[in-house]
Amino acid sequence: MLEAICILLPLLAAAIAGLGNRRLGDRGAQFVTCGALILSAIIGVYLFADVALGHHPRTVKLFSWIASGDFRADWALRFDTLTAVMVVVVTVVSACVHVYSVGYMSHDHSKPRFMAYLSLFTFMMLALVTADNFLQLFFGWEGVGLASYLLIGFWFHKASANDAAIKAFLVNRVGDMGFALGIMAVFAIFGSIEFNTVFDAAASKNAAMFNFLGYQVPALTTACLLLFIGAMGKSAQLGLHTWLPDAMEGPTPVSALIHAATMVTAGVFMLCRCSPLFSQAPDALAVVCVVGSLTAFVAATIGLTQWDIKRVIAYSTMSQLGYMFFAIGVGAYAAAIFHLMTHAFFKALLFLGAGSVIHAIDGEQDMRNMGGLRKAIPKTHMLMWIGSLALAGIGIPGIYGFAGFYSKDAILEASWAAGGIGQTAFWLGIAAALFTAFYSWRLIYLTFFGKFRGDHHVLEHAHESPPVMLIPLYVLAAGALFAGLGAYNWFVGHDRAAFWGTSIVTPPGRDPIEAAHHVPEWVSLAPLAVGIVGILLASWFYLKRTDLPKKVAAAFSGIYVLVFRKYYFDELYDAVFVRPALWLGRVFWKRGDEGLIDTYGPDAIASNSQRFAGFVSRFQTGYLYQYAFVMLIGVVLFTTWFLWRGH
Amino acid sequence: MNSAASWPILSVVTFLPTIGALLACLMRGDTPSGQRNIRWIGLWTSLLTFAISLLIWTGYDPSNGGFQFVERYAWVPSANFVYQKGVDGISLWFVLISTLLTPICIISSWDSIKVRLKEWIVALLVLETMMVGMFTALDLVLVYVFFEGVLIPMFVIIGIWGGQRRIYAAFKFFLYTLVGSVLMLLAIVAMYLKAGTTDMIVILRTPFAPELQTYLWLAFFASFAVKMPMFPVHTWLPDAHVEAPTAGSVILAAVLLKMGGYGFIRFSVQMLPNASEYFAPLIFALSIVAIIYTSLVALVQTDMKKLIAYSSVAHMGFVTMGIFALNQQGLEGGVFQMISHGIVSGALFLCVGVVYDRLHTREIARYGGMAVNMPRYALVFMVFTLASVGLPSTSGFVGEFLSLVGGFLRNTWVGVLASTGLVLGAAYMLVLYRKLFFGVLDKADVKAMSDLHWREIVVFAPLVALVFWLGIYPATFKDPIASSVAGIVSAHQARITPKAAEVPAANAGKVN
Repeated sequence: MLEAICILLPLLAAAIAGLGNRRLGDRGAQFVTCGALILSAIIGVYLFADVALGHHPRTVKLFSWIASGDFRADWALRFDTLTAVMVVVVTVVSACVHVYSVGYMSHDHSKPRFMAYLSLFTFMMLALVTADNFLQLFFGWEGVGLASYLLIGFWFHKASANDAAIKAFLVNRVGDMGFALGIMAVFAIFGSIEFNTVFDAAASKNAAMFNFLGYQVPALTTACLLLFIGAMGKSAQLGLHTWLPDAMEGPTPVSALIHAATMVTAGVFMLCRCSPLFSQAPDALAVVCVVGSLTAFVAATIGLTQWDIKRVIAYSTMSQLGYMFFAIGVGAYAAAIFHLMTHAFFKALLFLGAGSVIHAIDGEQDMRNMGGLRKAIPKTHMLMWIGSLALAGIGIPGIYGFAGFYSKDAILEASWAAGGIGQTAFWLGIAAALFTAFYSWRLIYLTFFGKFRGDHHVLEHAHESPPVMLIPLYVLAAGALFAGLGAYNWFVGHDRAAFWGTSIVTPPGRDPIEAAHHVPEWVSLAPLAVGIVGILLASWFYLKRTDLPKKVAAAFSGIYVLVFRKYYFDELYDAVFVRPALWLGRVFWKRGDEGLIDTYGPDAIASNSQRFAGFVSRFQTGYLYQYAFVMLIGVVLFTTWFLWRGH
Repeated sequence: MNSAASWPILSVVTFLPTIGALLACLMRGDTPSGQRNIRWIGLWTSLLTFAISLLIWTGYDPSNGGFQFVERYAWVPSANFVYQKGVDGISLWFVLISTLLTPICIISSWDSIKVRLKEWIVALLVLETMMVGMFTALDLVLVYVFFEGVLIPMFVIIGIWGGQRRIYAAFKFFLYTLVGSVLMLLAIVAMYLKAGTTDMIVILRTPFAPELQTYLWLAFFASFAVKMPMFPVHTWLPDAHVEAPTAGSVILAAVLLKMGGYGFIRFSVQMLPNASEYFAPLIFALSIVAIIYTSLVALVQTDMKKLIAYSSVAHMGFVTMGIFALNQQGLEGGVFQMISHGIVSGALFLCVGVVYDRLHTREIARYGGMAVNMPRYALVFMVFTLASVGLPSTSGFVGEFLSLVGGFLRNTWVGVLASTGLVLGAAYMLVLYRKLFFGVLDKADVKAMSDLHWREIVVFAPLVALVFWLGIYPATFKDPIASSVAGIVSAHQARITPKAAEVPAANAGKVN
């Protein structure tokens, strides 16, 4: 019962705020949605305590959704540790973002619509993480995609926002196509799409073969790779990532909630949920590892060069998602979820902090027009430091660390310990960690240090955000400060076996987390070391020798432009997919339908046949009854002929 | 077969609209009060018909997949023709869609049709009789009469109340249909000669020689493929839709296209199992081409109605794929997709009608930014857009996904290629929505348009409710379908088994 309330409250709030807007007013909509979310978060924390800490995993079946032969899916709420962690993350961050939005959107004209979308998103995300079968997972999956589409395009008078919204939906749909095919493959292999049935049978199918597109292929690997395509789309992994930076067109609270903390981590969640399958498919895991580590590295390089404050954080998000994926790739699911959880807090903090900066200087997002803001907005400045320290994974080994210190270390240690492809991932991850620290402090120095480079009127009006925006930031900052230290033992420490229960299954005969605890000292210290080096380098570049960045960019102009233009993915996709699709559409329409089929079909018959031409001219007299009459007579004649034949 | 049929409910539902039409004929159509009376007669007749048709639903036993409410009277005993009616879990829904949409069409055209009002109401009511008659008929001759009879009121509707190029459209429609009709008639004659009766319940159990099946199948295919419509005989549909008045488009998309799918199931699959098995690859190929080709064409359309018409062809591609997957998921998915498409595409054409009534243009570029001044309309349109895109929890998802599962189990190539429709379908609908509703509201006449008024809300409310009902709790609708489909699938398996023993059935998608 409590489970259902926790999940359905946001939906109810969305319906009230979205449909009752006139009578409810702005205040009413904000009150209803924020109230519902705070309540939902409280219940979420309680359920986490009961399910994960009290070891009471359970599933609440609501009612049947689709049942066709063995293809059966229920609307159900599955609560195990994995779900409970996600529910806490989603409801807490969402509640913070809801409250923050009251302040951030105070000048907007469509507040109820915005709040309704946010709550709708939260419901969809909760439906996603509580699924007990692949189809409900897909429902939530598409649902969060819809909410993301609506929120990216929230300011629908802007053409760029509309473009970004459609792009996000379509790129995600490409991933969803893979996901859908993955579900079908799972059904073809297991004869069921319910998690329990499928996962219980996973081990028995690890040598099964499957006829896919005419080839005999390993069944589980194929299904896992198809599912992974879906995860790549939602979690912006290299190849299907192009929508995420553009998604920053949406209001900043949206970027924080959807495109940093929760929705983009759905892919990570999905792979962890399917850990019983992936653990039986080592080849699929290897692919996940390669894609994840490349994403972590490539996204970090792009982050070094961007000027838009939100885009820097967006590429940072993509990079951190890469970490989570290669953690999964080496079988360290627990470390991936640990990083997912800590990342949700500090990345939401960074985004909302960036929003606070943007709010202070009239919507400016270009860091070239910022600078010296630490005096005008000291609290935001401090919060951004906390977020960045957590992102860079800074801490004092053995005593205290910011959130990312624990989770990023766990991932890198596990990947080193896994050997082989994992070690490549380790080195790419170390390089990405260096870049991460560098671009984070580049952002801080460009924004808060030096002289203000924008219009001085703007600076005069720069103001610290109101408490309604700052308080959620403090909550998230608390997460960035203590989530790593506090949750370490549960997620990847001594208590991990009891904590996770059966919700995560590691590859047979291997415990990547255990192996991570036995790596050499230097492996544990390397991430911290490169983090500090990155910060020092950024200080050198952006505080001492501010001429250096331009010189370096000029010296390596070829690489710089390639990275700055985001490796030309957008241009490539436009040339390979978008324009040919439109061109084909026109060709099929004009040359195919009208040129070929009509010309040689009906039109040809019409012009070649005198009889039909006569018909046409009679039509043109406008008397269709005549024709109808002829038709009827025909029917009667045929019937008569039947009668005659019958005798 | 069913005790509930103590009175001929199917015949009543079939012919009640005709009685209403006769009543309307008696009215004076040239005075305002006479016109008002005619409108009310039309509305009450269609509402009463709908109410009675609901009794078919409530009386239907979903666990029994066979024909129910069977009525049987000797018609031409000497020739073994019978007047026989009945519904199973598949045709039940087509009857209900027909009876639901007729009153909706009458309400939606309340103000927009001013010329020849009497003929308009009569045409709609006669059309309803023909549609219901077709879906409930269980005799070859009866089916054929209604199947062709539907076209008459439809021609009249397009020809009198249609747009500029209505003659060309009606003619094209006719030309395509004619070829199919002639061949279908020949097939029916051949079946009659072979079985000695036109009783479909008997014919459903009559085995035809495989060779004969091939010819019969092709003849039926010529007719149903045009109705569906399948690529490449689909080019009449965009023209017919563009020229038809709103209500005509609604009925055309929602019900008339379904006669093709219904025919495929009842005639091709059920009566000609071996040929259906043999020709399934052809259907798959055409279905996939339809999904990809027409989706791409829809992407570049500049006329709203054309765009939705092309999207119909793509959606029907999923239906034919599902039906000829010849397994439980595929067939159920195909039928469900037809029901969903009936509601969604009908609603989308009604949506086009809303702005067409105000601005008298279907040119997409003439609109823009309507989310600002027409929020209710924007919401309604969004719901149907999402249903068309097949978002889970809307009606569009269930049918599309099950069809894909069916296709995938048959042959993974089919599933993979058809699933590109997930992306393409989203592309054209979202681009359409963006052009209509988003962007800056800068055109004076668009700005002056008013939001949905109460009669329009009455029209859309039940359809919105149905979209979610079908999407969230489809069991209500799927249970009757499932039992009938289960019967069809097991009968099909049993009848093709002798052959299947020699040649292993397609085992693509199965685990070895």
